[in-house]
Amino acid sequence: MGYIELMDISKSYNKQSNVLNGIDLNIEKGEFFVLVGPSGSGKSTLLRMIAGLEEISGGTLKINEKIVNHLPPKDRNLSMVFQNYALYPHLTVEQNILFGLNARKIDKQVQKKRLEETAKLMGLSDLLKRKPRELSGGQRQRVALARAVVSEAPLCLMDEPLSNLDAKLRANMRIEIRRLQKQLGLTMIYVTHDQVEAMTMGDRIMVLNDGVIQQVGEPITLYNKPSNLFVASFIGSPKMNLGKAVLTDDHLIIEEELKIPINSTQIETNIKNKNLIIGIRAENLPLGSNGEETYEIEVVNVEQLGNETLVSFEVGSELWTAKWLGQWLGKVGDKVPVHISIENIHFFDAHTGNLIQAASNTNKQEVVKI
Amino acid sequence: MTVPISRKILFYILLMISALVIFAPVIMAFVMSFMDNKDIMTGSLPQTLSFDNYVKAFEKFPLLKYLFNSLVVALVITFGQLVLSSLAAYAFVFLEFKGRDFLFFLFIATMMVPFEASIIPNFHIIRDLGWIDKYLGLTVPFFAMAFGTFLLRQNYKQIPKELREASLIEGMGDFKFFLKVVLPVSKTSLVTLGAYGFLTSWNMYLWPLLSTTNDTVRTVQIGLKQLQNQEQLNDWGMIMAGAIIVIIPTLVLLFLGQKKLQKGLTEGAIK
Ligand SMILES: Nc1ncnc2c1ncn2[C@@H]1O[C@H](COP(=O)(O)OP(=O)(O)OP(=O)(O)O)[C@@H](O)[C@H]1O
Ligand SMILES: [Mg+2]
Repeated sequence: MGYIELMDISKSYNKQSNVLNGIDLNIEKGEFFVLVGPSGSGKSTLLRMIAGLEEISGGTLKINEKIVNHLPPKDRNLSMVFQNYALYPHLTVEQNILFGLNARKIDKQVQKKRLEETAKLMGLSDLLKRKPRELSGGQRQRVALARAVVSEAPLCLMDEPLSNLDAKLRANMRIEIRRLQKQLGLTMIYVTHDQVEAMTMGDRIMVLNDGVIQQVGEPITLYNKPSNLFVASFIGSPKMNLGKAVLTDDHLIIEEELKIPINSTQIETNIKNKNLIIGIRAENLPLGSNGEETYEIEVVNVEQLGNETLVSFEVGSELWTAKWLGQWLGKVGDKVPVHISIENIHFFDAHTGNLIQAASNTNKQEVVKI
Repeated sequence: MTVPISRKILFYILLMISALVIFAPVIMAFVMSFMDNKDIMTGSLPQTLSFDNYVKAFEKFPLLKYLFNSLVVALVITFGQLVLSSLAAYAFVFLEFKGRDFLFFLFIATMMVPFEASIIPNFHIIRDLGWIDKYLGLTVPFFAMAFGTFLLRQNYKQIPKELREASLIEGMGDFKFFLKVVLPVSKTSLVTLGAYGFLTSWNMYLWPLLSTTNDTVRTVQIGLKQLQNQEQLNDWGMIMAGAIIVIIPTLVLLFLGQKKLQKGLTEGAIK
């Protein structure tokens, strides 16, 4: 029994095609739950249905074990932070924060106390008399958060709250929101299209594409065992390298170019001779050294990130990227050996896109101790 | 934008000339209102300037009464228009109902029917209601204003719908949201519309003439006409004095509201 339960929820705006299909989901109390997916996948729609701003076309929504399909938003005991913050331009920060409490006719004394606490918590104490237009983007964001916090609703919904901020501020706010959520014990449903945000903030992540759930799970699970090609290429940066492959008796042939010897104990037998797509993460393509099983590739692009180097090369029709720790000083056109090991390869069905066998090696990769 | 100084001078000269041309009648009226009748008739330059004409205008006609009537009528119409337009615009933007857009276009289409075309049915209604010679008859027919609704709708549409949704989550009803958020946010447009409505109703002529029969409710524009008809030989000095008095409120309003008016009118136009 979750705190929020979605049972076979669907949504259609025009009664013909569904924007969301068969959403089954349980969200626990106190959980930071992230909805992630590309633009137009239906994330906002789902969030707004939970908030009660959008009608539910099919299925059942339960909050706290009560069916709330037709409950108006104000009775669902939640707060919401919008992408454009939805601050009232004619009101001061203070009035903005207290807007909801006023509307709910909460005692003035209580309002004052909560305002003080919240302003202190969010570092807004000096800005209370300003209008929203006199604030920077980050400060506005804080006011929007303060409005959610002050309501003391146990459930908080956020729709891409950080997408209007610059990269540095975003990184700060990520940590701040996460800390706030833990501190107040909020149940959070957080929408984003940024997989980094999803990975770093979520207790659990749900990947949505075209209104269908692709996978629900902890960030590491999604990274290590993506249940299909969509999740595999969506989660992780740079994205997972993919290539068509066939499995013969003793070789895996990728894009008709790379021939990797295998011994049959490493592979489930039932995938032999099928059309496969294999995937391998950029960090699992290390620079090869002599004596190992290596493959000569020709470098087509080098990106220096300072602490690591991204090296791109072609495999058949695909462009693959390898991530090497440290600064590699090679050039475009260089021919270098890369090591590809069969334990790092994920196998997907080329036809359905579903995972057949995840890489067996992923768990061994621990942080290096000195 | 930088404009060379010679160009600037040219522009300003042209502007001054056109301003003078446009203002010429007003200036003439202003000067004439201080001249005595003999000078006006002979077309000579004024020998003496005096306030005699103003005094005469106030003495001979119930000009104050006219002014008061005009003020009441213009204010009531302005207020009525603001209330109805802002409420209608709210419905067209924030409430969802079937046929909303169709209804709106129908509404807008009425802008194409000139007032003169509906004046006879309007008159019949007023007469049947017994509103002839009443403030009601003078004002109520102008309350519904398609243009105002249109202007405010455009304005409201720029209010992000998230503001409404945020208020929904707090459990705020439509009317409260209208009062607490929509009206304050669209203040500029309301002022613009108010000024526009006030000026138009202040300058109304045909309808007050039709719907009134005596001085107790007549507005100042009719009064002006009265100044002309009463005598065989028109006392132009006095008529001009009356005219100047009549345009003063309009000018005051324009000077006070110029900035806001400009802002409001263009705000609606940008998007
Ligand atoms: N009011 C509406 N009427 C009709 N279709 C809509 C409406 N709102 C959204 N849609 C459609 O529903 C689909 C999902 O929209 P939604 O806003 O949920 O996407 P999203 O995942 O939030 O995308 P983004 O990351 O761009 O915000 C889109 O195809 C969109 O065109
Ligand atoms: Mg969205």
